Amino acid sequence: MSDTPTLWIRNHLAEKIRRHGVETYPHECCGALLGRDAEARGEMPGREVLGLHALVNRRDDSPRNRFSVTADDVRDAEKVAREQGLDVIGWYHSHPDHPARPSEFDREHAWPWYSYIIVSVHNGASQEMTSWRLEDDRTKFSPQALEVRQRTAV
Amino acid sequence: MAVKVIIPTPLRPYAGKRDSAEFKASTVGEALGHLTTEFADLRKHLFTDDGKLRSFVNVYVNDEDIRYLAKENTPTKDGDTISIIPSIAGGCG
Repeated sequence: MSDTPTLWIRNHLAEKIRRHGVETYPHECCGALLGRDAEARGEMPGREVLGLHALVNRRDDSPRNRFSVTADDVRDAEKVAREQGLDVIGWYHSHPDHPARPSEFDREHAWPWYSYIIVSVHNGASQEMTSWRLEDDRTKFSPQALEVRQRTAV
Repeated sequence: MAVKVIIPTPLRPYAGKRDSAEFKASTVGEALGHLTTEFADLRKHLFTDDGKLRSFVNVYVNDEDIRYLAKENTPTKDGDTISIIPSIAGGCG
């Protein structure tokens, strides 16, 4: 994945992710990114987040540094996306009091193709927001340009 | 007739962009074996280096989770649908 396409997101959706991270602090928040992937449609590479599906973090045992989304949650998110004519193009979660960088645990549990947005929340205030994609060989995440837009791009 | 394997969106780039594939198979393990033989790049995303299904890979026969059946030895018959459903996990370490 040498040329990771840009991930576009509307400003109000980026703010919604930040708010979710603040609301659940000091626990991790998580949710699905609903949108369109232009490459899959044979267009110029690029994908855009056009909706969110907030989820409940299923990790009751360590919600401060882990999040978990069950297969049923994934199926629900896919259904919600389909109803809106969209696809699940990735996932977001927060890193309470940690940088917006994927951890080794993130990498070990990641799927390819999806975009993974991470928002850092320090002392209850949202800070950096980044996006990442897993390399094809699973050895590392690559940063994905995240561009906040006012209007639809894809 | 055969067993149909539904390939989830994030794995389609490793399966010739196909959303499903059909194989003659009498167990789930056999079907997944055919799948990862035909599309070798799928293997590392579904299985660990020692050949076990990754913990965040969920496999269903029709709507039954194979963890509650006979896992990869779960028998299949013509017309069955095998779905590979991701679960998502992560965290700041």
